Amino acid sequence: MFEIWDGLMAAFWLVVTFDAALWDISLRSLRVTLTALVIASAIAIPLGTYLAVQRFRYRRFTISLINAFMGLPPVVVGLIVYIMLSRAGPFGVLNLLFTPTAMIIAQVVIISPVIASIAHQSMRELWAEYHDLLISLNTSKWQRMLTLVWDGRRNLLTAALAGFGRAIGEVGAVMIVGGNIDNVTRVLTTAIALETGKGDFALALGLGFVLIGLAIIVNLAIHTLSRTEREGRW
Amino acid sequence: MSALFPLTLRDVQVRRKSKRVIGPIDLVLDPSGPTILIGPNGSGKTTLLRVLHGLERVNKGHVGWTRNDPSRHAFVFQSPIVMRRSVAENLAYPLRLLKTPKQEIKQAVDDWLQRTGLTAVRNSPAPRLSGGERQKLAIARALIRKPDVLFLDEPCANLDGYATREIEALLHEAAANGTHLIMATHDMGQARRLAHGLLFMLDGKIHEVGSAADLFAAPSTDELLAFLRGDIVI
Repeated sequence: MFEIWDGLMAAFWLVVTFDAALWDISLRSLRVTLTALVIASAIAIPLGTYLAVQRFRYRRFTISLINAFMGLPPVVVGLIVYIMLSRAGPFGVLNLLFTPTAMIIAQVVIISPVIASIAHQSMRELWAEYHDLLISLNTSKWQRMLTLVWDGRRNLLTAALAGFGRAIGEVGAVMIVGGNIDNVTRVLTTAIALETGKGDFALALGLGFVLIGLAIIVNLAIHTLSRTEREGRW
Repeated sequence: MSALFPLTLRDVQVRRKSKRVIGPIDLVLDPSGPTILIGPNGSGKTTLLRVLHGLERVNKGHVGWTRNDPSRHAFVFQSPIVMRRSVAENLAYPLRLLKTPKQEIKQAVDDWLQRTGLTAVRNSPAPRLSGGERQKLAIARALIRKPDVLFLDEPCANLDGYATREIEALLHEAAANGTHLIMATHDMGQARRLAHGLLFMLDGKIHEVGSAADLFAAPSTDELLAFLRGDIVI
């Protein structure tokens, strides 16, 4: 109990004293996660929508695979990305290992199935609602997908936020491919793991509370900007 | 009447899971006014409308329009499908698909809002409208593209007399402006008010066809006579 209180105090002091290291780590966490989120959304939302409107031979198998990938163990993803980016790997020439870019790649792999699966669920429901109308209006496949994405954008935001939640709290993969290098690849989760290992539970908890606060602020900001709860909306 | 007619159906049959839904139907339709489909529940009225519009595939036979142009058709469903957009955006949607200039879209939307009495709710979310308002919106959205043929599947089911009268006024106006109406209804009063031609369906087949004046005055089969009297016809 005292450790939690100490953690809260540590978080408070880190924030009010504008601790330079904390800001650096927090901003890197945000930059890595938000970049991964944008890239993963750009891949997963069209994929989820396509799976909702298009029938093809291995559609059910593809959906099952994406749903299964939602539970990908991050350490395994980290290991695979590590091997791909290591000097002996196929992308070793790019020198991306132990950089924020490697962390972004790992996070994209982890969160894309989460976003695609939730997007597919909501697009499937909307497609069932709109199917007859959009067919009767003689729309092209592209027009149907655009319409569903636009009209279902608030549900898609939920999908993206689920991806953000998974990415911002991820530690296993980013630790492996980022290396937790001070001032280069250290983010909030890897810093927490480090401080816990050193036995500085108060600081680790403090960083943990900052991480939780950051996640809440980003969620609130996105909800406010997209006006999801505004009266008169649906 | 229109370059799309005459419409010819030859040996049209629709089956679902080996059960015959409609057919065989042989029919030549070259109407000079609104055509009304009547018949008991399950007689195949909705399926026939969907086949004519191209929403449903036939298992056997052929549906032949003189000029096959699906963009000149529109469909109003029994449960109006409204998009998760504002009322005005719902009306603008079909015109946007046709890449109509913005100024023309605005004029058409304003015109239809005024004709349907929906101006006061133009920026309200369409899913929040009442049943009658939603159906008026669906009809206006179908008519805004000035279709040659408008299919309506019991558009006034579950609506009160006032809403029914407003919708019938819109339909009279559309018919007067050259849109051919093909409508299924259970409401014999409405059929008498709107019909120029009449199709009586029973057990998935066209049981009687002719001018509304003739068939209402002197039905040539016992089944139609019983149906018009309000008896239960199976």
